[in-house]
Amino acid sequence: MDQRVRGAASLNRAPAAAGDAAAGIAQAIELSAVRFRWRAQRSPCLSIAHFALASGERVFLHGESGSGKSTLLNLIAGVLLPEAGSLRVLDQELARLSGSARDRLRADHIGFVFQQFNLIPYLSVMENVLLALRFSPRRAARAGGGSRARAAEVARLLASLDLDPALQTRTAAELSVGQQQRVAVARALIGSPEIVIADEPTSSLDAVRQQAFMELLLEECGRAHAALLFVSHDLRLARHFGRCVAMADINLAEAGS
Amino acid sequence: MTALLRIALRSAWNRRLTLGLTAAAIALATTLLLGVERARSGAREAFASSVSGTDLIVGARASPVQLLLASVFRVGEPAAEMSWRSYEAIAAHPAVAWSLPLSFGDSHRGFPVLGTVPAYFERYRHGAGTALRMKAGRAFSGTLDGLYEAVVGAEVAGRPGHRLNDSIVLAHGGGEFAHSEHSDKPFRIVGILERTGTPVDRTVFVSLAAVEAVHLEWAGGAPLPGVSIPAEFARKFDLAPKRISAMLVGLKNRAAALRVQRFVNDFRAEALTAVLPGVALDELWQVVGVAERTLLAVSALVVAVGLAGLAAVVLAGLDARRRELAILRSVGAGPRHIVALLAAEGTMVTLAGMAAGLLLLAAGALTLGPQIEARYGLALALQAPAGGEWRLLGAVLATGIVASVLPGWRAYSLSLADGLTPRL
Repeated sequence: MDQRVRGAASLNRAPAAAGDAAAGIAQAIELSAVRFRWRAQRSPCLSIAHFALASGERVFLHGESGSGKSTLLNLIAGVLLPEAGSLRVLDQELARLSGSARDRLRADHIGFVFQQFNLIPYLSVMENVLLALRFSPRRAARAGGGSRARAAEVARLLASLDLDPALQTRTAAELSVGQQQRVAVARALIGSPEIVIADEPTSSLDAVRQQAFMELLLEECGRAHAALLFVSHDLRLARHFGRCVAMADINLAEAGS
Repeated sequence: MTALLRIALRSAWNRRLTLGLTAAAIALATTLLLGVERARSGAREAFASSVSGTDLIVGARASPVQLLLASVFRVGEPAAEMSWRSYEAIAAHPAVAWSLPLSFGDSHRGFPVLGTVPAYFERYRHGAGTALRMKAGRAFSGTLDGLYEAVVGAEVAGRPGHRLNDSIVLAHGGGEFAHSEHSDKPFRIVGILERTGTPVDRTVFVSLAAVEAVHLEWAGGAPLPGVSIPAEFARKFDLAPKRISAMLVGLKNRAAALRVQRFVNDFRAEALTAVLPGVALDELWQVVGVAERTLLAVSALVVAVGLAGLAAVVLAGLDARRRELAILRSVGAGPRHIVALLAAEGTMVTLAGMAAGLLLLAAGALTLGPQIEARYGLALALQAPAGGEWRLLGAVLATGIVASVLPGWRAYSLSLADGLTPRL
């Protein structure tokens, strides 16, 4: 109970703090001395001395599979909790928030794009994008007051991501993989979250589409002033980013999770 | 929460075939359960309704249930008859307001024939004290002129399609033996009763004298060989009843019931039994209750099987939906939302199944109800669920929710282990 009250209090502070994110908060994500291990394992699979993503910054995080990328993403998302150390998302110490407050923080401030199967197959494109607003009144308000304004915002995002407006009413299952990934970007960006996390979003695309996808993603994140954490094993994509961090360099734990 | 419910609906619709089959199983189980309950309460109501106006039933010494079944429900036969003299003595008791002699044993096309007095149609009460009403015609006159007059219940008139002034023939006993018809003395239908939902509907009423008349040349349950008394000639005989099967008694004051019962049970001239209908009914339900409860328990098991199937189907589909759950978590759904989503899905399927079950029951009541009522005298009319049925429906729903929480719990632990990145 105590924890929940604290979580709710922190949450109430969150929108105000995030409202002037560009001015007030320097770091979108900051990890220091974070350690994590799966319950059964003896040695930690993740041990990060320091890693930070500044507001509006774009960082390429390079890592082979098994380097602890997924664990790191789940930690930042607040789905997993570190065993030790400090993990702050928009100045909120995740370990001090209740589970539902962490879910709320994720809903309000982080957009995700995954490798593939980003969309719920039986929902329409429009509904898939609007899904990001279902659990976050804050993002819903930012995307537009009424349902009509939100639909217009979805249409605007889809158009700027080069998607035919006619696709809006199609179910996700009818789309090509490239189209699905762009719809996922629209969902990650709607309601202007401060952070976008993309986990291998291009690995299911061919080279030509990769290029186009990267350009759209970077452009839209820039327009929304969102910090972008781009995780991939493909080093060729690093050239799109100002800063490149290797998982192997920040994770001091032995490889293999 | 409404958003979550909408997602659950869409997700369920996406798997409508498997979930639909599961809902169908739940529907059939619900129909069975409610059908059994309705038949049960219907039987009790019909029985209670049939004796609502009678304070005592008197007959030759027998078990109360046997006497009740024979005299009111025309099921089985009383052990013995009672004498007309005893009838008169009891009818003259100062506490007795009215009494109706009953004489039964014959039948018409399987419908029981009841010999009684015209007062029966005024005195007999059913349901909440409703008197019998003629749909057409009048009561039999009870005089010698009207010796071969009969009044029939709604069912007797309805099924064989008898109308006023039609001629009918009575059969000796249940009509199961050949050449035992009283075909030489046909009866004329002078009255048809309104439907009551009681055994009255299936009864052919004649006067006591008529029962004597058709049995003039009979002895010991068989026609005397070579003896034939024409219908007209029968009027010349003494047709005053000597023995009757039982009697219904109405008291001036119900408080006297136990006193009159003791008077009858201690009757000197012959061994008689007086039965309080309510007490005898309770005794009957105690006997029948075991079968009822067994039937209800079997139905409940069928429901449990249906709901277990629901849990199994949703659980089996869960693995394929880990990606879906991870997407929901990534947009901010917490583990409690995941549990709620799965629980909502199972609950919706349960509700859909229950609704379909109720519809099925209604359809059954519409199509099969009349036949069942005709054959078993059991009213299964179209009706909204009654008290006991709401309790059963509530129990089905509660069990359905419990069965839905099981996959919900599984999804919860899956989504905790998977986080945003299910290992598929």
